[in-house]
Amino acid sequence: MRWLSDDKLKHLRSVVSEPDFSATKYTFVKELGRGGMGVVCLAEDRELDRLVAIKVLNTPELTADFGDRMIREAQIIARLEHPGIVPVHDVGTLPDGRIFYAMKYVRGSRLDEYAAQGASLRDRLRKFQSVCDAVAFAHAHGVIHRDLKPQNIMIGSFGEVLVLDWGIAKIRDDPRSSAFHQTTEGAVIGTRNYMSPEQARGEVDQLDERADIYSLGAVLSFLLKDQPKVSKAAHAISSKATATAKESRYASASHLSADIGRLLDAEPVSAYRENAFERTSRWVGKNRFLVLLVLAYLLMRIFLIFTSRR
Amino acid sequence: MSKPLIGVLLGAILGLIDGLTAWFTPAVRDQLLGIVIGSTLKGIIAGVAIGFFAKKFHSLPLGIVFGLLVGAFLAWLVAFMQGGYYFEIILPGTLVGLIVGFATQKYGKPAVTANT
Repeated sequence: MRWLSDDKLKHLRSVVSEPDFSATKYTFVKELGRGGMGVVCLAEDRELDRLVAIKVLNTPELTADFGDRMIREAQIIARLEHPGIVPVHDVGTLPDGRIFYAMKYVRGSRLDEYAAQGASLRDRLRKFQSVCDAVAFAHAHGVIHRDLKPQNIMIGSFGEVLVLDWGIAKIRDDPRSSAFHQTTEGAVIGTRNYMSPEQARGEVDQLDERADIYSLGAVLSFLLKDQPKVSKAAHAISSKATATAKESRYASASHLSADIGRLLDAEPVSAYRENAFERTSRWVGKNRFLVLLVLAYLLMRIFLIFTSRR
Repeated sequence: MSKPLIGVLLGAILGLIDGLTAWFTPAVRDQLLGIVIGSTLKGIIAGVAIGFFAKKFHSLPLGIVFGLLVGAFLAWLVAFMQGGYYFEIILPGTLVGLIVGFATQKYGKPAVTANT
C-alpha cells in the first residue's frame, strides 16, 4: 500500500471542502475567505464570462418557505442600486442543499487592510462617511445590514467604497422577513465586536436601523484607535453611535454621516459640546490662512506705528 | 453671504481700522476724520471691485492677486494725491486688498444660476 504525500492529502482535502457548483453556471476558481457564516469563493460566471464572488452559507436545512423567502429578500437587496453597495447578482442552492448568493467581485482592499496601510485620519473619515451614506441608502429602502464591520467594507482600486455581504440583512417591517439566514428569536447573528447589545442578546424583533448605527460606531472606533491626533469630537461621535441604549444613538445613518461631514469641515458636531477655547482653536485651525494674514497685517501696523514715531 | 457683499463689508471695516491707525501718527492726527473717511471709502471701492471679480472668477490665487493689485493701486492713488507717506499708505492698503481678495473667494457664496 502506498501512502499519500502531505501535499496530495492537502489537495484532496481542499477539493472535498470546495463548494460543488456543478449544477450552476459558476466554476470554482479559489477560496477567498471563510467565516462563521460560510465560505466566500471566487468563481467564474460561465454565461456572462466574468468573475463573481460567491458566498455559500452554512444553512443546515432548506424548507420551501425559507427558500421562497430567501429569493424574495435577495430580490429586494439586489434592488439596492447604489455606488456604495455591492449588489446580489444571483441566489440559488447547491446540490448539497446549501444556499449561495453571487455578488460583484470587488478588487481592492478591505477597510481593515486599508487602515493598516497607513491611511490618514482624514481619508479614513471620508471613507467612513461614504459607508454611512451607503447604509443610509439601504435603510431608506428598509434594509438593515446587521453585519457591518471593516471586513465587510471594501475600498476599490479607485478609492470607491463598497459595503459587502448583505447575506444576513433584514428587511424592516416585514413580519415574514428574516434574511438569507433564518433568524429566530434568541439566535445571535453578526460579529461580536461590531454587534449592538440588542443584537448580541438575540433580540431579532427589536433590531432596527440603530443596530447598524452601533456597528458603524464600532467601525469608526476601529478607524480611530491607532490614530495619534484624534479630536474629542471624533471620539464623541463614535461614543454616541455606540451608545448602549439605542435611543441615545444617532437617529439615522444620515445624521451620523452629517456629523462626520461637519467634523471634516471643522464645524461643530452634534455629538460634542465644545468649550470656548476648543471653539476658538477649531475656528483658527479652519481659517489658518486668514488668521495669518490678519496677524501679518497687525504686525505690519505695529511696525509702521513705531517707525512713524521716530 | 454673497462675494460682493463680503468684499464691501470687509473693505469698509478694514479701511476704517486702517484709517483709525493714523491716530498713532502725531503729524496727521488733526486730519484723522478725513483720513478715516477716505480710507473707508477706499476700502469700500476696493471691496466692490474685488467682490465682483470674485463673483466672476472662482479662483483663490486669482482673487488674492487681484485683491493685492487693487489694494496697491488704490493706496498708491491716495498716497499720490496726498503727496507723501507712500510706504505707510501703500503697504497696509495692499495687505487689506489681499485679505479682502482671499476672504471673498474663500467665504463668499457663489451666485446661484437658474437652471431653466
